[in-house]
Amino acid sequence: MRKAKHKSVETRHMEERRELYESLKNIDRRSFLKVSAVALGTAMASGLAWPHSFQPASVLSPSTSSQGAESFRFAYISDSHLYKKDLNDRFVRALLRSVDDVNSMDPQPDFVFYGGDLAQLGQVEELELGAQILKDLKAPLKIMVGEHDWYLDMGEKWQELFGEPIQSWDHKGFHFVILNSVIEKDFWTERGMKPMERMMTVAGLDNGMQSSFTVGSEQREWLKNDLSKYSNDTPLIVFSHSPLYKLYKFWNFWTDDAEEVQAILKRFKSVVVIHGHTHQLLTNRIGNIHFHGLLSTAWPWPYAPEGMPELTIEMSRPDPFNPNDGCGNGEVITHTDGLIDKVYSLWNRNPITISSTYTSSWGKRDRPPMPNRPSY
Amino acid sequence: MKINKTTVLLIIMLIGAIWVFWSCEQEAEEPDSATTGQEIADSHMAQWKRKNPERAKDWVAEEKERHKIMPPADNTDILKGQQADGHTYGRYTELDILTWARETEKFVVEGSRIFHSADLLGGTVGVSCDMCHPDAANTHPETYPKFQAQMGRVALLRDMINWCIENPVRGARLDADSPQMRALEAYIWAQRKGKTLNYGKH
Repeated sequence: MRKAKHKSVETRHMEERRELYESLKNIDRRSFLKVSAVALGTAMASGLAWPHSFQPASVLSPSTSSQGAESFRFAYISDSHLYKKDLNDRFVRALLRSVDDVNSMDPQPDFVFYGGDLAQLGQVEELELGAQILKDLKAPLKIMVGEHDWYLDMGEKWQELFGEPIQSWDHKGFHFVILNSVIEKDFWTERGMKPMERMMTVAGLDNGMQSSFTVGSEQREWLKNDLSKYSNDTPLIVFSHSPLYKLYKFWNFWTDDAEEVQAILKRFKSVVVIHGHTHQLLTNRIGNIHFHGLLSTAWPWPYAPEGMPELTIEMSRPDPFNPNDGCGNGEVITHTDGLIDKVYSLWNRNPITISSTYTSSWGKRDRPPMPNRPSY
Repeated sequence: MKINKTTVLLIIMLIGAIWVFWSCEQEAEEPDSATTGQEIADSHMAQWKRKNPERAKDWVAEEKERHKIMPPADNTDILKGQQADGHTYGRYTELDILTWARETEKFVVEGSRIFHSADLLGGTVGVSCDMCHPDAANTHPETYPKFQAQMGRVALLRDMINWCIENPVRGARLDADSPQMRALEAYIWAQRKGKTLNYGKH
């Protein structure tokens, strides 16, 4: 007879699973695969375990790279396009939902990044409403400016609420930079436009009267200067509202001096650029610079009719009968090699992860799911 | 006395007749009245424009500067070809070609204005069509009619437009034959120029 001290297969399985998840909390995906493959191989060779068991897959505590880059995560919310509460409550509720989503993350993210276009028409009430809602976030907030926040008073109110639109900081071995990439050449003075007319022009995505987005020479100098203190090995994460490459000029899915900015970033071994503005799943890679878009909480944009990056696997066309479809927020998980997993947490859909291995293998490994209703 | 009275009357009539005849001749010598009329009209128009600068704006040109409008088909080839003698229908002049293009485009441009304006759509939440459909992208007019399970019937483009107006735009549905609906349909069709008709596609 066996001893009474017997655990069922299910109990053992659940215990091992819990243990594994505990130890996994801080490890990144690639080291996990390495560790677990080795462990599993050893265990199987010694006849100790079967492939369905979690037992041998004990893992090490999070490691840091030679440059000190750690694995951690931060959340993002973007493009809420708030109107005044009494004009449009749908966009307000969407931002509230995102704040709830992020606040319910366990463990909490290291910080929350807001990707710009908090307001729809840059008005004081809109920006103040947004600031008030974002105050409820438990994790610290980092915020970027978008064109909808800027062109009524040229950023006056936004800066009063949130401070400098351009900044940089270090966090767990990564260097972070926020740029203001929505600077447009003056198109309004010549036409005698009032501030609200200027704002309305910029607020129209397909409005051809406005100029193209730029980072500008002044800011490029600042960036060069800011980065001069860092070695090529430092993992870099840059935030810009518009994509820092040229996708589709007519909708400003575009930065006019993208090449110049890329040239400054090029010397770093690993660069991630995260941008708002496009309201969709968007992935690109130029050399060692990996680009990721952000979801909007307000509405999804259609994909540009031309110029789509090869690495982008589109999200399914949004359901017009569901006002939340194609919207959402998400998180970013950093790796010790300086790359990231980008998670798009789409409301009403399964989340989609663009893993670091997908972009680093130029799309050969870990392909995200294909859309079941592609755009046409 | 009698003779004198008649003579005076005759003389007066004679003078009157000469004066009328003379003044008619004078009028016939005036310059071409059509040209003068145009000049007068132009000067009146210029005066009105100076007084009403807002209303005098060329709204078609302005809207075309704001938003990309696909041009209507080019019919100038008709003038190059042999136009058969003896038929009135199908014999066109340059004026015909210009009129078609200008009027059709103006109709589409009006559609673009409505498409891009929550106010003109009658929206109540600040949402206009272009906020989800820049340049009318993702509208797919070429796929209607098609069965929409959510509506429980076969939808035409105008049904989908009205769905959007009632729901995301939060406005009152448009009459199928209203100027706004006609213009909106015109703009959406125009923007998908060149796409193959494929009714029923999802």
